[in-house]
Amino acid sequence: MIEIADLSKTFTLHNQGSAVIRVMEGASLSVARGECVALVGASGAGKSTLMRMVYGNYLAASGRILIGDLDVARAAPREILALRREVLGYVSQFLRVVPRVPTVDVVAEPLLAVGVPVEEARARARAILDQVNIPERLWSLSPTTFSGGEQQRVNIARGFVHDYPALLLDEPTASLDAANREVVLGLIEAAKARGAAILGIFHDVEARARVCDREVDVTRFTPQAA
Amino acid sequence: MSVQKFETNFCEDFSEKSSPARPLLQVRDVTRTYGARIGCAEVSFDLWPGEVMGIVGESGSGKSTLLNCLAGHLAPDRGEVLFDTGAGGVRDTLSMSEPERRMLGRTDWAFVHQHARDGLRMNVSAGGNVGERLMAVGARHYGDIRAAALDWLGRVEIDGDRVDDRPTAFSGGMQQRLQIARNLVTGPRLVFMDEPTGGLDVSVQARLLDLVRGLVREMGLSAIIVTHDLAVVRLLADRLMVMKDGHVVETGLTDQVLDDPQHAYTQLLVSSVLQV
Repeated sequence: MIEIADLSKTFTLHNQGSAVIRVMEGASLSVARGECVALVGASGAGKSTLMRMVYGNYLAASGRILIGDLDVARAAPREILALRREVLGYVSQFLRVVPRVPTVDVVAEPLLAVGVPVEEARARARAILDQVNIPERLWSLSPTTFSGGEQQRVNIARGFVHDYPALLLDEPTASLDAANREVVLGLIEAAKARGAAILGIFHDVEARARVCDREVDVTRFTPQAA
Repeated sequence: MSVQKFETNFCEDFSEKSSPARPLLQVRDVTRTYGARIGCAEVSFDLWPGEVMGIVGESGSGKSTLLNCLAGHLAPDRGEVLFDTGAGGVRDTLSMSEPERRMLGRTDWAFVHQHARDGLRMNVSAGGNVGERLMAVGARHYGDIRAAALDWLGRVEIDGDRVDDRPTAFSGGMQQRLQIARNLVTGPRLVFMDEPTGGLDVSVQARLLDLVRGLVREMGLSAIIVTHDLAVVRLLADRLMVMKDGHVVETGLTDQVLDDPQHAYTQLLVSSVLQV
């Protein structure tokens, strides 16, 4: 489902002496349906950079990122928009939403975007919010004022409310207590069971051991100093 | 490969939102000069149904000139603005007759001005402001027009008992929402917005952003939004175009352009934003 081949990334800092920083070279990996692959490596090794490229958030310098049949490294913006709407979900560590929008609507939005009727979308949003233990009295409030762990779970709910065929997870169990961590691991296992291809960053070693089938060390994609 | 083919392979379950066959708006080589000075030069892009495109750049970058050229308020020196009129096929709006273009401006197109007073009639009631656009496309039944006006005031969160008040009695945020109601009541397919949240308090901005996002989704609107506020485009626009000195220097997915800017000017623009 996800096929990355010979991917490289450079940053050119035009306003800092046009410094060219090579951050990744020759990255290759694949994730099959129903499989969960963990990216590992020290901080700064390029795990997040790789995830962002797969999501189309960072431009690839060269190489290929196939998700299904679409090469994200070459795709037009509207193809990536359609991919994100229907196929590729992303649970980031940060919650970025329009202030003042109720949590239930924040979570329902991915469903509305694929044409689910509003009542059904809200019902499914409420069900998953309940599942990740967000108290019902918070559903009508904006998540911008929530605690870190609550925001994290709103992000999870948003990422799992629609059955994306492929998922990117950036530290999905960070800042969660044991009970909620268990819920999230259950969601990941269920997504795998229905055939989702998952690529993730898990600093939580036990969580990684439990849900991930393989690890890919991104350190080997770090360019060697010339 | 087409997205459609991809969807049939992998997403049979989500088939409702299939990709439209052709762009709603095709802009080709639009150029406008003011004497020797460049307003905007050689701008080309496609806008697809349901897409929101943001145009950012500093004052004088040509973004408002471009928007006015696209919306038919200003005649470009050259270029084409091709609009998919649906039944009438794809038409170059620059070569249309003036009455045709004005009709388009009242039906399929809408223009939201930065200053609500430029888009509203300040000496006419709120209901009248919304109803006027309906009457311009042939509505005559007073009861229907008033019902539609009340419905739209509700949608933009203006209390129905303000329907007979003039916009002069409204706050800036309410005036802006009234302007949006007036523009959207005829069910346009393309909305041009010039700094729609400029000059509003941040709390009012958030509410307006949420309103516009909801309307875009529910009505399947396409929009072109000119702003200098990068936070606004991040939340509102699917795609982004960055202008400098009348030229487009960078285009792409909004989050990609903001998080991984390629052009020197975009890097400067993004790194200059104060973090809250």
